[in-house]
Amino acid sequence: MNFIQNFPFFSIILCMFSGIVSSVLPARAAKWLNTCLISVVGAMSAALLVYLMGTGESYVYWMGHFPAPWGNEIRAGVLEAGMALFFCIIMLLSIMGGRKKLVGEVEYSKHNLYYILVNLLLSSLLALVYTNDLFTAYVFVEINTIAACGLIMIRQNGRTIEAAVRYMIMSLLGSGLFLISLCMLYDLTGHLLMSNIKESVALLAAQHEYTVPLMVTIGLMCAGLAIKSALFPFHSWLPDAYGYSTVSSAAMLSSLVSKGYIFLLIKIIYRVIGFDIFTESKVINVLFLFGLFGMIVGSLSAIRENDIRRMIAFSSVAQIGYIYMGFGLGTEAGMTASIFHILSHAATKSLLFIAAIGLTDVSNGSRKFQDLTGAGYRNKIAGVAFTVGSLSMVGVPMFSGFVSKLLFAEASIGHVYKMLPAVIVLAISTILNAIYFMKTVIRIYVPERREDCEIITVKDEKEYAVTLACFIVLNIALGMFSQPIESWIHAGLAMFG
Amino acid sequence: MKKNSAFARWFYGESDTLLDKVEMKPQKEYKEKEGEIRELMQEKELLREHIYDMKDNRKLKLFHRMYHIAALIFCLTLISIMLVTVSWLPENGNPDNPVNNEVSARYIESGLQETGAVNIVTGMILDYRAFDTFGESNVLFIATVTVLILLRLDKKKTAPAKKGTAVYEKPADELTIAEAEADDRVNEPKNDAILQKVAGFLVPIIIIFGIYVVLNGHLSPGGGFSGGAIIGAGLILYLNAFGFQKTERFFTEKTYKWTCFVALTFYCLAKSYSFFTGANHLESGIPLGTPGAILSSGLILPLNICVGLVVACTMYAFYVLFRKGGF
Repeated sequence: MNFIQNFPFFSIILCMFSGIVSSVLPARAAKWLNTCLISVVGAMSAALLVYLMGTGESYVYWMGHFPAPWGNEIRAGVLEAGMALFFCIIMLLSIMGGRKKLVGEVEYSKHNLYYILVNLLLSSLLALVYTNDLFTAYVFVEINTIAACGLIMIRQNGRTIEAAVRYMIMSLLGSGLFLISLCMLYDLTGHLLMSNIKESVALLAAQHEYTVPLMVTIGLMCAGLAIKSALFPFHSWLPDAYGYSTVSSAAMLSSLVSKGYIFLLIKIIYRVIGFDIFTESKVINVLFLFGLFGMIVGSLSAIRENDIRRMIAFSSVAQIGYIYMGFGLGTEAGMTASIFHILSHAATKSLLFIAAIGLTDVSNGSRKFQDLTGAGYRNKIAGVAFTVGSLSMVGVPMFSGFVSKLLFAEASIGHVYKMLPAVIVLAISTILNAIYFMKTVIRIYVPERREDCEIITVKDEKEYAVTLACFIVLNIALGMFSQPIESWIHAGLAMFG
Repeated sequence: MKKNSAFARWFYGESDTLLDKVEMKPQKEYKEKEGEIRELMQEKELLREHIYDMKDNRKLKLFHRMYHIAALIFCLTLISIMLVTVSWLPENGNPDNPVNNEVSARYIESGLQETGAVNIVTGMILDYRAFDTFGESNVLFIATVTVLILLRLDKKKTAPAKKGTAVYEKPADELTIAEAEADDRVNEPKNDAILQKVAGFLVPIIIIFGIYVVLNGHLSPGGGFSGGAIIGAGLILYLNAFGFQKTERFFTEKTYKWTCFVALTFYCLAKSYSFFTGANHLESGIPLGTPGAILSSGLILPLNICVGLVVACTMYAFYVLFRKGGF
């Protein structure tokens, strides 16, 4: 076995180990450990990605001395390695961008606890990405949920605690549904390992046995993960959780936590249920419908919002709707578009959250729109970054959002029933996006001088400026070089099969 | 970058393309007249009365009623879906069920030889599927971390202040540790003679039993999780009977921190070694011993001790944090 094949295991264990070590470290050391950890894990994922691109084959890795159905096992393919790399990049940038705010909003003696949460969150994301066993996935879903609650409430005020309680209730409901469906699947197939379940499920479907429980299982699994990733009717926890938590947490929650669950769902669709059985079930029509409603309702709520952070949070509801709409199309192209949108939304949403904090900082900390007037002149890099993020969200060419919208439109064309609703809602949602994002951009570039607000230049906050510059580059790179990314997604999905 | 280029001037904040060049009609601050303000206040007052007037607010009443009905319908639907599904599942206890396959057969038939643990369940969770169990103990660890975030009261200690950065300030109504301790003394009666006598008699037995359950986890029913819970319960009983002054002699926050750290680190390193050797098909070199002896079954015994320590500390820490906000 090649040494490089150990990397997924190393990255998961290293994250957990540094979480444990951080509990006895002072805040500064924990911070450095965290930065080093994310960089090292990112580098390992990149190396693994290059290696897997070379071999062109996925492989399984025993966690222990026993082969798969008896022991635990993880699995790595190009899609997994690439996702791990991407998650590391976004996490590093989110933490860097919000570090100054963290000092102001969280007690210093609790900073090391924050880094424990972040390390364990990364470990759970990696485990969700690499796992080949449904029960392992469930265990790490738990870690992910608790870590996310901690990330929300570490900034302690009434709003965040309420948001954390809401998040916890909804999220535990999601975990519960996921666990129930897991138990039923185990009862029907006698396995927890993904590939074995898939064989058994294919056999059951071919013999038309246990059709009712199988459908219920698929439905519950999708519902559980949809609640956790805030699909439209289950999104009530989202605006408070993203809107009031400290900015790194908001960026990580919107671009990593929900995406981890969505990636798990993709993995379940391909490697547990089987793509054909999933597309034949009625569940995808429900997902499609919810996705469409989410695209409209999320945008409408965002238009009504007078608070910039909550507006960005509501925009997430719409974007999650896009992703599920892609699942609902039930084609390979729809899946590709959804996966691309996972990347593009993760890169853009964290950029928007971090840019918004720069804008509110130069408006006396107010998040109301009327106070943000002219903020783009007072904090230049944040203004530019926010504009880039908005253009990307609206779907202007050259930015990442354009490519995903194009892919969605392409995927829906030719579909018998779903083409018309998908394209129409896509168009409406784009216009709605433009209304609230362009409104904000115009607002921050109204040429008005305000004497009562401080001005922040790039030199004052170097780390913040570098972070935003990296985000802008990432966004444009995703928008300009979409072809290799698309082929990478295709290769990854082929390895899933 | 040239110093005089338009971009450089924009970048250094010397000039902007629009700012001060485009004529703007200055936004007037909206001022209310005296009469309007009074009217507005009255309206607000009325509104408040209206909203919190539960008896006459029809909208609110309707909402509450609909909310309850909707919740009921939702729960009943979910329950009936589940019940219908269960009736379609394979019959319980049937030997031909898909659950009785080669996976459980191997656990039962060769679990003893492969893990050396007489208790198959322990062998399964700490050897066959040890990765899941490691994740599970991390769930406990992270749960304590979140409780610490929520409930721990800290001495006022601020970050080394940098120029121009805001530093977190505590809300004024938060208790300090000393105040919390005083509060605890008032609300929790101390020195109850009956409780102390009974606890003095029971606590050693409970803790010894807990240790027994942990140490025999690979031989008899039990293990780290259950034994740790028993030890934690014993510690909580002791604290209730004798108060913080006695427990602080042997269990402070430092004890908790380092015990958890050492236990989890050992767990992590030991299992990493075993995963690494397993995945690379190397011999681990850990002897399994004679099944049935106390020193047998390889790593399972030390891992059980680690899990037991973590669980006991977690239980005790939860109790202490909820009661006082510190150790």
